[in-house]
Amino acid sequence: MISSSLIPCGQFKTSYARDTTIFLTPASRNFCILGLVVAMAAPWVLSNYLISLLIQIGFFGIAALGLNILVGCTGQISLGHAAFFGFGAFASAWLNNIFGIPVLLAIPLAGVMTTLLGLLFGIPAGRLKGLYLAIATFASQFILEDFFSRANWFTGGSSGAMAGPINLLGYEVSGDRAFFYVVLAFVVVMFLLGTNLLRTRDGRAFVAVRDHYLSAEVMGINLTKYRILSFGISSFYAGVGGALYGHYLGYVSAEGFTILLSIQFLGMIIIGGMGSVMGTLMGTAFMVLLPEATEAAVSTIKHVIGDIPAVTSALAYIKEAAIGLAIVLFLIFEPDGLVHRWRLIKSYWKLYPFSY
Amino acid sequence: MTSSLLLQLIINGLIVGTLYGVVAMCFVLIYKSTQVVNFAQGEFLLIGAWTCWWLVTSMELPFWFAFPMTFVFMMVFGIVLQMVVLRPLIGEPVISVIMVTIGLSIFFQAVIKSIFGVWAQPFPEIFPVKSVDVFGLAVQPAYLMSLVVSLVIMVAFAWFFKYSRMGLAMRATAFNQQVAQSLGISVKNVFAMAWAISAMVSALAGVVVGMVNGVSSALSFFGIKVFPAVIVGGLDSIVGAIIGGLIIGLLENLAEYADGQFLHLGNLYTVAPFYVLVIILMIKPYGLFGTKTIERV
Repeated sequence: MISSSLIPCGQFKTSYARDTTIFLTPASRNFCILGLVVAMAAPWVLSNYLISLLIQIGFFGIAALGLNILVGCTGQISLGHAAFFGFGAFASAWLNNIFGIPVLLAIPLAGVMTTLLGLLFGIPAGRLKGLYLAIATFASQFILEDFFSRANWFTGGSSGAMAGPINLLGYEVSGDRAFFYVVLAFVVVMFLLGTNLLRTRDGRAFVAVRDHYLSAEVMGINLTKYRILSFGISSFYAGVGGALYGHYLGYVSAEGFTILLSIQFLGMIIIGGMGSVMGTLMGTAFMVLLPEATEAAVSTIKHVIGDIPAVTSALAYIKEAAIGLAIVLFLIFEPDGLVHRWRLIKSYWKLYPFSY
Repeated sequence: MTSSLLLQLIINGLIVGTLYGVVAMCFVLIYKSTQVVNFAQGEFLLIGAWTCWWLVTSMELPFWFAFPMTFVFMMVFGIVLQMVVLRPLIGEPVISVIMVTIGLSIFFQAVIKSIFGVWAQPFPEIFPVKSVDVFGLAVQPAYLMSLVVSLVIMVAFAWFFKYSRMGLAMRATAFNQQVAQSLGISVKNVFAMAWAISAMVSALAGVVVGMVNGVSSALSFFGIKVFPAVIVGGLDSIVGAIIGGLIIGLLENLAEYADGQFLHLGNLYTVAPFYVLVIILMIKPYGLFGTKTIERV
């Protein structure tokens, strides 16, 4: 929870309750509502392809928010987020296929199942930190990946699992436009919950653990409890995001949840800004749009210079390299992420023309 | 029949284990002297192996010349990498440093794939014979060479860190950066040196593995297998890295044996090291030889 130091004139907080509202100023609240309205109108203007990109930003954003609570707010490192994301997708498909639980109910239930798994894999986090934890979660990624390819009863093994479409009161959600609204609803709820979490006792405890865990312990915060709890919450987000992903594609296969996806999740929160809820969304958008932008750039080059077969055939690798490069460049040149840049822009306009 | 298979697997495990040990040693070298966890260690192997392959096949240089050339290239590569990418990150939190090396690993892997393709390329034959008879077991000469080379490297490392000026400077830096700096050691040089040595020795391991299995992106998996090895041995112990490498190499092959003979689960050997990793982290997080850190406020 990074509070902006630049609050406009005339904003006086006379009680703690008012100082810890979800939206810091009425302006920011109105801005968010405006954003929501724009998002609601978007599917009627945009092409199907762009809508599908927005949907991707939605479910990846939910999972990335979970990772941001874990990494950005609690200071734990997880290199296995994609495995939890995948577990959520499989769990939701499994609940729906085997028990016939309606999909809209199966998605949060899958989140709960993933939470339990996350609590289990979070146990090492009670003892380890920093580097060792990174390596432990790295191992859990491989162990879970192996589990996905092995557990036929749960994931369908190598052939994958079918995930049914969402059914809402007898009306089947089909097509990207309808699915977009489902994802949007989940995004709004999950992001509000996330923001709210950070202003509660638990959220403040997370931040205390991150900033100085020894002091936090001295202040009476149970380190083990909060570290494992943070893992649980982050897994819940990953599970819900993964479940949405599964039902969007209609088919879940074990190959999709590799270490590369875990790294992309980390890239999202680093590029967006660690510990920032808005930044998560920005970073996710960046990460989802980056391959598209790379492709566009390559095709522009093709137009200008002419067709270079080597470049066209290597497009998939160029996209992959762009992800790695983006992470490295952001860490070197903008370690606070896009949200920091956004704040600079805001304060520039606020202080214009006397910026010092 | 099964006992000879077991013996063969144990020999294999020891040989692969020494290679893991060498790579783990490079990993520990970087961690010990610069406090960076290098997730791109496997890519060093990859780059080294591909460079050597390219020099031998496309440039048609003789192997004895291409091999040192690869070394020179990797040394420059390691120094440049440290100067350009890692130096700005000194003092940043652990997550940033980890993510930079992960980002590098993705980047290099993609670049390598786009240049050399995804298919394994065989190394041209360097040894005249296909396999050598050791105690009635067929062992590939490249493996024997790797064993010899690994042992030489280990002895060289021991000498380097015990007697040479640079090695002593590196140990001093690893012990305490500030004190080392105040005694006139150039910490910058030491950091660059650590990366250069690590890149060079990793490349050597890459070339050896490439000779046996062909050069392909699968080589970078060595960089992942290094983690169980270093955790078992202790993150900051060079001896521990070698022993950890041997343990993991043996364990992998024994897991394969148990899998093939009794369990029939399939693919057990790829995940078994990771289970061991988690267990070791739970019961003995500093490994067999690592130093315990005690925190005081």
